[in-house]
Amino acid sequence: MLLNGARGAALLRVRGGGADEMERTMAVSLRESVHLVSDPRNLDASVEEVFQLMLGVNCRRDAVFVLDEQESVTAVVGFGGLLSGACVFRSGSSTAIKIAAHMTGMEFEEVDDTVKDGIGEICNMLAGAWKGKVPNLAANCGLSVPAVITGRDYHLHVQAPEFKLNHTYRFDDASFEVTIICDGLQ
Amino acid sequence: MSEVRTLIVDDSSVMRKIVERSLRQAGLDPLVVYEACNGAEGLDMLKAKQVDLILSDINMPSMDGLEFLRQIKAQNLAPGVPVVMITTESSEEHVKQAILAGARGYIRKPFTAEQVKERVLPLLSAA
Repeated sequence: MLLNGARGAALLRVRGGGADEMERTMAVSLRESVHLVSDPRNLDASVEEVFQLMLGVNCRRDAVFVLDEQESVTAVVGFGGLLSGACVFRSGSSTAIKIAAHMTGMEFEEVDDTVKDGIGEICNMLAGAWKGKVPNLAANCGLSVPAVITGRDYHLHVQAPEFKLNHTYRFDDASFEVTIICDGLQ
Repeated sequence: MSEVRTLIVDDSSVMRKIVERSLRQAGLDPLVVYEACNGAEGLDMLKAKQVDLILSDINMPSMDGLEFLRQIKAQNLAPGVPVVMITTESSEEHVKQAILAGARGYIRKPFTAEQVKERVLPLLSAA
């Protein structure tokens, strides 16, 4: 599974802003504020905010992500613009079902289209909340629409990222991981 | 409050349901909801239905929320009907673009029902 599709879509969205926006974008750089962009506390605050407001649950950091189910759900939202990369949400199917149930007030037997839609939207909000923590990033980085992958035995590979944040979180007995991958920074 | 006919435009069906639930929690009852999953569908819906309120996402495939706003204005659809954007995009620049394109309000995802109430009810009272 490669990131190019999601990242390309996000880049197109940024470019859709026209020549003026591109000129403004080119004049701004994130290089000087890389310490802010890669601050791990921004990711924790984003996860806390999204899960508290949309699900009404408090998430806490957990040491290790243990995926003890065969089937997993992964959502990817690409970043394009001053920062390229992706926000990746990953959980087992039971956690995905639990999250969708909290969001909708419905019950689910399996990872159906509504569950996938909900997980994609969670990833979208995490990506938006995370980039919103750094003003230059909020204004000059576009998001792709979410892609959701379900299945078994797949691996996400990114070649030599600029930086990567990978945190595990837990609420009740549900566990998930959120990864921010930056593979290009202007 | 009299019946509020609302168009919710979002590519996520889960998010459309959450927005609808938030409107009901905000006291918009009776509420009639029309749904569309992108701007193009939203325009079709506006040609077929009378609405009192439009809530739209920005990042959507086919036609995004900003183009949807521009087309509403260009085609003179739903004149005087308030449009509120509900989106993950939170920068000043995005808010400015949305307001310039005709939005009357802006709600950042994630949001609470209280925030929906604060931003939507005054627009309906003023309409």
